Amino acid sequence: MNCFELDNISHSYDRETVLKDVTLQLNPGEILGLFGHNGAGKTTTIKLILGLMKPTAGRLSVLGGQAGDPKVSQHIGYLPENVMFYPQLTGREILAHFARLKGASPAQVPELLAQVGLADAMDARTRTYSKGMRQRLGLAQALLGKPRLLMLDEPTVGLDPVATADLYRLLRQLRDEGTGIVLCSHVLPGVEPYIDRAAILTAGALQAVGDLPSLRRQANMPVTLDLTSAGDVGDLENTINAATRGRETVLRRDGRQLSVDIAPHEKMPVLQELLASGAIADLSIHQPSLEDLYVHFIGAGGLAHRGGAQ
Amino acid sequence: MNAVWTIARKELSDSLRNRWLVAISLVFATLALGIAWFGAAAAGQVGYASTPATIASLASLGIFLIPLIALLLAYDAIVGEEEGGTLLLLMTYPLSRSQLLLGKFLGHGLTLALATVIGFGVAGAAIALLVEDVAIVSLATAMGRFIGSTILLGLGFIALAYLISVRVSEKPVAAGLALAIWFFFVLIFDLLLLGGLVASEGTLNPELMPWLLMLNPTDIYRLLNIVAFSGSEPLSGVLSLGSDLPVGQAGLWLALVMWCVLPLAAALLLFRNRRI
Repeated sequence: MNCFELDNISHSYDRETVLKDVTLQLNPGEILGLFGHNGAGKTTTIKLILGLMKPTAGRLSVLGGQAGDPKVSQHIGYLPENVMFYPQLTGREILAHFARLKGASPAQVPELLAQVGLADAMDARTRTYSKGMRQRLGLAQALLGKPRLLMLDEPTVGLDPVATADLYRLLRQLRDEGTGIVLCSHVLPGVEPYIDRAAILTAGALQAVGDLPSLRRQANMPVTLDLTSAGDVGDLENTINAATRGRETVLRRDGRQLSVDIAPHEKMPVLQELLASGAIADLSIHQPSLEDLYVHFIGAGGLAHRGGAQ
Repeated sequence: MNAVWTIARKELSDSLRNRWLVAISLVFATLALGIAWFGAAAAGQVGYASTPATIASLASLGIFLIPLIALLLAYDAIVGEEEGGTLLLLMTYPLSRSQLLLGKFLGHGLTLALATVIGFGVAGAAIALLVEDVAIVSLATAMGRFIGSTILLGLGFIALAYLISVRVSEKPVAAGLALAIWFFFVLIFDLLLLGGLVASEGTLNPELMPWLLMLNPTDIYRLLNIVAFSGSEPLSGVLSLGSDLPVGQAGLWLALVMWCVLPLAAALLLFRNRRI
């Protein structure tokens, strides 16, 4: 059973289209990164899956049931962006309240608080909590009742690097236990190593979905080879020019270091030729990062929408 | 049901924590004892006047106080959760909007009911114990009716406060509208009614006028507590209209209950259509 399945989902309010024809699914034991600039439709997508709104068109199923059905929401954990709590209550009281609402065992409360590193602060009122502590409490709240679908909106905001690493380790562990996880973030380099698939939204439409290798194939962006010459840099330059003749490449020189941008499918032939020439002392290969891919798929049109209506 | 009770329980423990419950109970007890003790001051003496006079004075004060307390208690029920950022989170839990609002209603209602029972109950007990030769049975009946109608009046205004709270998106606006509601029902309504009576110069159907009192829960409340003794004292102002009402006590109680049910139903309906 899928964690969720959006089938040609469209949504509009006030006659403005916020999502159009989005088809996306999440399998158990998978971490999906959901990316897009502000107003691209991420929040709307999440709200639809949570059952807070109904799609105007399309078919949507969540955990094999209807979005918003209490039997379904019981198995969903959600951490909203900028999570806030009742300031007059302590962390433990708040988590106990939410545990009762979710029908989760009250024994989980101290356990979860310890797991997110709030063991010492659980009896302090949340009024005194820092942003990072609120975020941890929000995370503990999302983990109540062992959710089968976990949706986290900017989970690492306010977390220090150690806490961030802890969080990702925890997410991996949950994924391995079969939880489906949606991760929304603007910190692309941070999430890159942890996501299994990425979905990129622009102006309410899905631009690209897939794991990183397949996104790279789709984008067909050049790979960068950083080369250090064994002898004379000029010789290496000539060798490179010879090897890449007739191919579309960009060569940059920075002291003894040369960089070549090259189309992915031409990488291997060129590399073989260069290695055979013996002119290189060292070599590193840079695949386009998630951030590069994001910028590629968002494109200039995407940037123009930046700061658009939510 | 479980979810409703969880919400109610939080509201109740909140009002214990922020001392609302204690404060309201104290205010009620002090007022009731003060009125009982100085009730005869107008007649030039200190001491218990009579049960009807005491209840009438209490009801006159209650008309001002109960709606105000109920509105203050409940005006931020939903808009407060939204501004605090917890409404969105709550709605992702296995909890329907109706359950949330009903839970709040139960919690706020219990707070007000407990304060009323404790505050006026203590005062009633004190009167029964301290005042010599007071008729216990008639005092208990009058107090019971007074406490019951006070709770209903409070519930009605809690529901009216929800009507605001589910509609607006900012707390100060909700507070302002709550005060406007108080102002309208407690101060303006009777003036409008009297003004209308005078301006119409008798052209209005005289049978219609008493029914207009039913449009104001505070008037129903007053009728319930004062008309019960109308044999002994003449009624003044718009209340004199009430004696022409063809409905008995049961009708007045029913009207007061409707003033809880209808605004609550309307608030539930509005809340269901609110965008979150």
